[in-house]
Amino acid sequence: MTSTIEAPRSPRTPKGPYGRSTKKSGVNWEKWGWIYMRVSGVVLVVLIFGHLFVNLMIGEGVSALNFAFVAGKLTNPFWMVWDIIMLWLALIHGGNGMRTLVNDYATSRISRGILKVAILVSVVALIVLGTLVVFTFDPCPAGAPADLVASFCKSL
Amino acid sequence: MSTTTIDNKPVVPEEIKSFTVTLIIRRFNPEVDDEPHWQDFDVQLYPTDRVLDALHKIKWEQDGSLTFRRSCAHGICGSDAMRINGRNRLACKTLMKDLDVTKPIYVEAIKGLPLEKDLIVDMEPFFDSFRAVQPFLMNSVTPVKGKERIQTVAQRARFDDTTKCILCAACTSSCPVFWTDGQYFGPAAIVNAHRFIFDSRDENAAVRLDILNDKEGVWRCRTTFNCTDACPRGIQVTQAIAEVKQAIMRGKA
Repeated sequence: MTSTIEAPRSPRTPKGPYGRSTKKSGVNWEKWGWIYMRVSGVVLVVLIFGHLFVNLMIGEGVSALNFAFVAGKLTNPFWMVWDIIMLWLALIHGGNGMRTLVNDYATSRISRGILKVAILVSVVALIVLGTLVVFTFDPCPAGAPADLVASFCKSL
Repeated sequence: MSTTTIDNKPVVPEEIKSFTVTLIIRRFNPEVDDEPHWQDFDVQLYPTDRVLDALHKIKWEQDGSLTFRRSCAHGICGSDAMRINGRNRLACKTLMKDLDVTKPIYVEAIKGLPLEKDLIVDMEPFFDSFRAVQPFLMNSVTPVKGKERIQTVAQRARFDDTTKCILCAACTSSCPVFWTDGQYFGPAAIVNAHRFIFDSRDENAAVRLDILNDKEGVWRCRTTFNCTDACPRGIQVTQAIAEVKQAIMRGKA
């Protein structure tokens, strides 16, 4: 009995010359994915640390965080734009990173497909929900106690 | 008549102490075993001995069935890359004095390539990737008879680092992407593409950049620097890959 032990491998695509695939699609998504990760990464460093600094360190610090604080931020167009960019960039960045991990470590075509669809669904759901919240948020819900909502609600 | 006695004793060089080292080697005999297993050997060695010397002592004095590749034994042929204490090294360049000999030394075959026997793997997938990047000079112009293709010192220096590759596969088999994705070209192939992409005498940089701009090309690289750490020739492998990425994005070398 003679056998060699094959190296553990994720599923291979059909072999062309030199044992690699010959399939070439028009757009190179791996390249654009890579560029996206680099660019969004740099932008996210600024956005996330800015977000954390404003929320947790400025003024009263972490104790200032409540419904009124968040509601106040989400009525300001500057923070709406900031949050929406952060939401989209971070979720796509994270989703693409997870996709890369699945490509590396999912060993069967089926598990790989299920995991990638799950990632796509959760990313899309979170982006839709997040976007909806940022654009349709009501900072002064009717009948809410005054001490829980933002100070500007009184003047309405 | 008295003879002058030689009162100074002959100079005896201080004895260099040898010590016992335990090597734990991952063995696999395809004719008998279904799975690899670890086997330990005790060897008497000097600090200046190399892991390759230890393997020789085992093969010649203890167990002749131990199988490994080696050719020049001086770090040039690239035959004896193996995983020593979890790191890819050339057995002929790893000295005992640089290892912690109070603990056993683990030696196994490089990972990510099919294991054939003991420390020997099938290198064909590795060489397939190497061939795929067209690692040879391509130039349509014939130089004037009796003349060389002229290159300035700076032009030669541009790709000097990647000319040092000995194709030992230490880098490619240290790459976690290559371990799981057999289609990825791997660091060694990209290093050898880099050597010609940035060579001013070569005309086909665009072809190689196109080959490496593949789904399984340079974009697979996750910059973990395992390859740079593994390279026995000290090539800045990760930097070379990054330079190829830059060249692809700019569309030229």
